[in-house]
Amino acid sequence: MTDQVPTLEVVDLATHFFTKAGIVKAVDGVSFSVGAGEVVGLVGESGSGKTVTGFSIVGLVDPPGKVVSGSIRLKGEDLVHANAERLREIRGNQVAMIFQDPMMTLNPVLRIDTQMIEAVRAHRELNRAAAREIARNALGQVGIPSPNERLKAYPHQLSGGMRQRVAIAIAFVNKPDLIIADEPTTALDVTIQAQIIHEAQTLCRQTGTALIWITHDLAVVAGLADRICVMYAGRIVEAGPSDDVLDRPMHPYTAGLIGSVPTHNKRGERLRQIPGMTPSLLNLPPGCAFRSRCANAQSNCQQTPDETTPFDGRRLRCHHPMTAIERQP
Amino acid sequence: MTAFVIRRLLQSAVVVFVMSLIVFFGVNVVGDPVDMLINPEADQEDIERAIRALGLDRPIGEQYFYFVKGALSGDFGRSFIFGEPALKLVLQRMPATFELAFTALVMAIVFGIPLGLYAGLRPNALSSKTIMAGSILGFSLPTFWVGLMLIMVFAVMLGWLPATGRGEVATILGISSSLFTLDGLSHILLPAFNLALLKISLVIRLTRAGTREAIYQDYIKFARAKGLSENRIIFVHLLKNILIPVVTVLGLEFGNLVAFSVVTETIFAWPGMGKLLIDSIQQLDRPVIVAYLIVIVLLFVLINLIVDVLYSVLDPRVRIGESQT
Amino acid sequence: MTTTANQDPEIAPTELAGQFQSPFRRFVSDFFESWVATVAFALFLVIVFGALFAPLISPQDPYDLAQVDVMESRLPPGSMSYQGYTFLLGTDGAGRDLFSAILYGLRISLSVGVVSGIIAMIIGSSVGLTAAYCGGRVEALIMRIVDLQLSFPAILIALMLLAVFGKGVDKIMIALVTVQWAYYARTVRSTAIVERQKEYVEAARCLGLSHKRVLFHHILPNCLAPLIVVVTVQTAHAIALEATLSFLGVGLPQTEPSLGLLISNGFEYMLSGRYWISFFPGIALLLTIVSINLVGDQLRDVLNPRLQR
Repeated sequence: MTDQVPTLEVVDLATHFFTKAGIVKAVDGVSFSVGAGEVVGLVGESGSGKTVTGFSIVGLVDPPGKVVSGSIRLKGEDLVHANAERLREIRGNQVAMIFQDPMMTLNPVLRIDTQMIEAVRAHRELNRAAAREIARNALGQVGIPSPNERLKAYPHQLSGGMRQRVAIAIAFVNKPDLIIADEPTTALDVTIQAQIIHEAQTLCRQTGTALIWITHDLAVVAGLADRICVMYAGRIVEAGPSDDVLDRPMHPYTAGLIGSVPTHNKRGERLRQIPGMTPSLLNLPPGCAFRSRCANAQSNCQQTPDETTPFDGRRLRCHHPMTAIERQP
Repeated sequence: MTAFVIRRLLQSAVVVFVMSLIVFFGVNVVGDPVDMLINPEADQEDIERAIRALGLDRPIGEQYFYFVKGALSGDFGRSFIFGEPALKLVLQRMPATFELAFTALVMAIVFGIPLGLYAGLRPNALSSKTIMAGSILGFSLPTFWVGLMLIMVFAVMLGWLPATGRGEVATILGISSSLFTLDGLSHILLPAFNLALLKISLVIRLTRAGTREAIYQDYIKFARAKGLSENRIIFVHLLKNILIPVVTVLGLEFGNLVAFSVVTETIFAWPGMGKLLIDSIQQLDRPVIVAYLIVIVLLFVLINLIVDVLYSVLDPRVRIGESQT
Repeated sequence: MTTTANQDPEIAPTELAGQFQSPFRRFVSDFFESWVATVAFALFLVIVFGALFAPLISPQDPYDLAQVDVMESRLPPGSMSYQGYTFLLGTDGAGRDLFSAILYGLRISLSVGVVSGIIAMIIGSSVGLTAAYCGGRVEALIMRIVDLQLSFPAILIALMLLAVFGKGVDKIMIALVTVQWAYYARTVRSTAIVERQKEYVEAARCLGLSHKRVLFHHILPNCLAPLIVVVTVQTAHAIALEATLSFLGVGLPQTEPSLGLLISNGFEYMLSGRYWISFFPGIALLLTIVSINLVGDQLRDVLNPRLQR
């Protein structure tokens, strides 16, 4: 780690939803940081709190959800206590987002140019023609052929992959410091998935933009992310450099996730599943949330495991980490 | 697009044909045609002559043919009361009715959309709950009774606005309307509000429901993530999506307003088509009744057609003919 | 493991009882969960009671000429009559006690609304069932007619019919039934179509049961829930429509003074400030319609299977 200020630093973030049925601790003590030009993969099953973490950063958690504690710093600036207008200035300008379903993210009744130009003009004093020119270049950058015609189209006239490219172009149009991509390829075909990932990666490398890639798919982040944070039930259970975590998972949950990814050296074998289901986050009892599904669980798992640093660059929340022998299939 | 319009035109023609059959057989077969079409005060000789003139001694199919032929050339016979062509009477009254219905429609939009939007954006505020309770009441209140109460409060008790009649008419750019004079505006306020009340409630409900639904859509969240101002999100991204269904429904409601103006016009003595109809029913002025019914059917068919076409123009998804599931 | 099973022996029976609560009892308890609906239902009962027992409750028979004195016409609410009772809501233009007239008017309004509603329900449901059961061309034709009718406002169709037929109790019944049947037909058909595709209908058909039996013993009972909701909403509509038409002078004749006619009769006195002659019958009409609508709203929430808790 250098002594430079990281692009984003999240410390002990907690976002809770105050529903009638009780408090849902969607994010409960999450810490991580992203440096300039770095790609961090935030991995977990649906309901693990990874999306809420993303929305917490830009202050877009819908009520009854609320950031209750922790700090979020963007290049040193506090975002948790920033006022609404400052957050609006940051969104789309310093921090941009890409959503999961490209069919839903673009407004169906507005043309592409309207939606791109407004994104530019929300943050820069430019006339429409200049903003349009920027929008056109942005479309070209993400590999959209004949951007002039596409600008005049309505979203439903474009394919899903095309729409997601438009969304990515909108995210990059103001050259943000950080992009939060929430499962941006899940809804797309596999071939298009690969192209999109490649484009996002290239753009980040070129511009030095930090990228948080939220996904449930380990295979996607394997080739993309510099570091991986694995989330489970609102907490980061394991974090470290991608290759390291994937080669030597220490948390039984990470190991389970890796085991359930189909790869060709395991052909013919049954895919291993993690038994059981993600627990409901409503009134979650204390202790390791994974214990009911964990083969290693023992009685002390009733207590919440503290975060440990087994070696440099790795973080872990587990009383009974996997040993090298257990990792053998 | 052309094929779509042609198909809808054909459908409309069928509807008009069916309705003309119903009106014709209603008047000529179910009722006594002599009684219905001939002035009851005429003497025997007149009646004989009229029966021949109207072709009532011919077979029924032939009668229908002459009815359609007359109707196509705009001839529905003469009013017993006024002695003028029935169709002319109805058309003369049309501007007053349209003026009333149009004002009511504008009121429904001007009051309904902001109130519905507000209630949708702040669903838990007391003011929003008051708006919604008011709209439920607006649905249950019988129009005619509200009209009476409006007269009682604003004309009789407070004396602020005139209770009956249409005000002074002025002509601007070839359009004569009482909306262009102060006197006219003061006369139209109460009846238009009376007519609009139900539609205001409807627009509030539609707008609120649309807002509640749209606000959780990804495209709104994405617009926020782009850092757009709240005003732009609400008035461009949200409103444009909501307006499409609201405008469609309102367009269809214009015909409804014209039909309901029968009630409001009678209460406020507004000289429109509706009041003419009620007067004609009470005075058994059959030719005018038939003319009114045919005109209103045509009007409805036309409105439905226009709304369908407009809808396909407004919503880009329909325009391309691509249906999304 | 064994400890948990034996932990609380008395919990199990109550839980079972909750699960096997009869559908009707659950419906009743769900319905009265909302205080608004409870109040509306109580109000509706009071109105029906008042209408049913009008001759027993009202201080005078407003249509018995011996009991009405023209000298007492247009008295404000609270005036004393010669007979010694109070005109709670005042008197109308002919000297009738308005409170009594309203109770008698409610009888007419309610019976016209309910009877036309029932006839429309029987006709509409039969047509809707036929459409759903026959399918094909019969269904397409019926639904075309239904759609066509529903594209015109109810008041216009009623006005058309009354303009052609003239006024009278039978005429307005015909008009109200004509206006309403299409709603029943549409509702029953759409539910019946869903039921038709279910396995128990298939099974009943395979058993060789007659068409009639399948229709009335198997499909119809399953359409009851949405039908009940439509009945309440349509009855409120019918009552309001009858009042409107009678007010316009094209509905009921003066010999059948429903609430609409009472309001209409009071209209001429309104401009001179004698508000009560129109005001109180209007309130009675409003309370009737609102209470039925609120009961209907709650019924829809309770009977809607998608909202079932």
